[in-house]
Amino acid sequence: MSLPFLIFAICAILAVAGAILLIAAKEPIHSALALILVMISLAVLYLLLGAPFIAAVQIIVYAGAIMVLFVFVIMLLNMGVEERTNFSKLAKYAGVPLGVLLLFAIAHFLAHSSAGTAIANGAAGTASSSTRDLSTQLFQQYLFPFEATSILILVAVLGALVLARKE
Amino acid sequence: MNLSVVPVSYYLVLSAVLFGLGVIAFVFKRNIITIFMSIELMLNAVNLAFVAFARAHNHLDGLVFVFFVIVVAAAEAAVGLAIVIMLAQNRQSLNVERVNLLKF
Repeated sequence: MSLPFLIFAICAILAVAGAILLIAAKEPIHSALALILVMISLAVLYLLLGAPFIAAVQIIVYAGAIMVLFVFVIMLLNMGVEERTNFSKLAKYAGVPLGVLLLFAIAHFLAHSSAGTAIANGAAGTASSSTRDLSTQLFQQYLFPFEATSILILVAVLGALVLARKE
Repeated sequence: MNLSVVPVSYYLVLSAVLFGLGVIAFVFKRNIITIFMSIELMLNAVNLAFVAFARAHNHLDGLVFVFFVIVVAAAEAAVGLAIVIMLAQNRQSLNVERVNLLKF
């Protein structure tokens, strides 16, 4: 078993375990920590896929900024253990099998579709996508969307201020 | 290090599994913050698929898309958590079943 495959296996298991922990955890803070585990293992997978810039952004923005925001809000509100309401019988006996079925249907489709098999072993380029190429693409072909996101962030900041303001 | 050892379809299957777990968490969780986190989990799963496809086709557009998804997710988290704080102040609870004014 080669080293990249070993790294992939470890990170994939960690990511799935984190996602299951997110569902199983009773307190929101445990769910948040599980989600951080998922994000960090995904960052390692991005490195493995030859996208170091995306991996860095994943760590800094997702695992850093967004999850700190989540943990901050959880601590601020301090609502404690999540109260369990009794599920409807329909959700319990039809929802779980259907959810699992959806999961396996998507996985099966991806693993056996023509797109999946065409690229399965292969055409993966040897050239690692450098940050220089990515930024050239971002600031030439995608310049307008890039500028538009700055307006989006401005609107989001204003919206958060207006919503959180004391009346 | 030879990077093309792991087939791209493995990444796609992992992405699908994470997305399915995100959907399950979204449906089953009752705490609004946890529901928010399951949305982030689904976004992450889609990002993984984007990067895997960018790798498979040796094309950078997928990475640019991931960049934009992360930016939009950051903006969405800021506004969404402001709404959560407002909700918690008004209702004294984070349970989505108590927020039913618009429910049919």
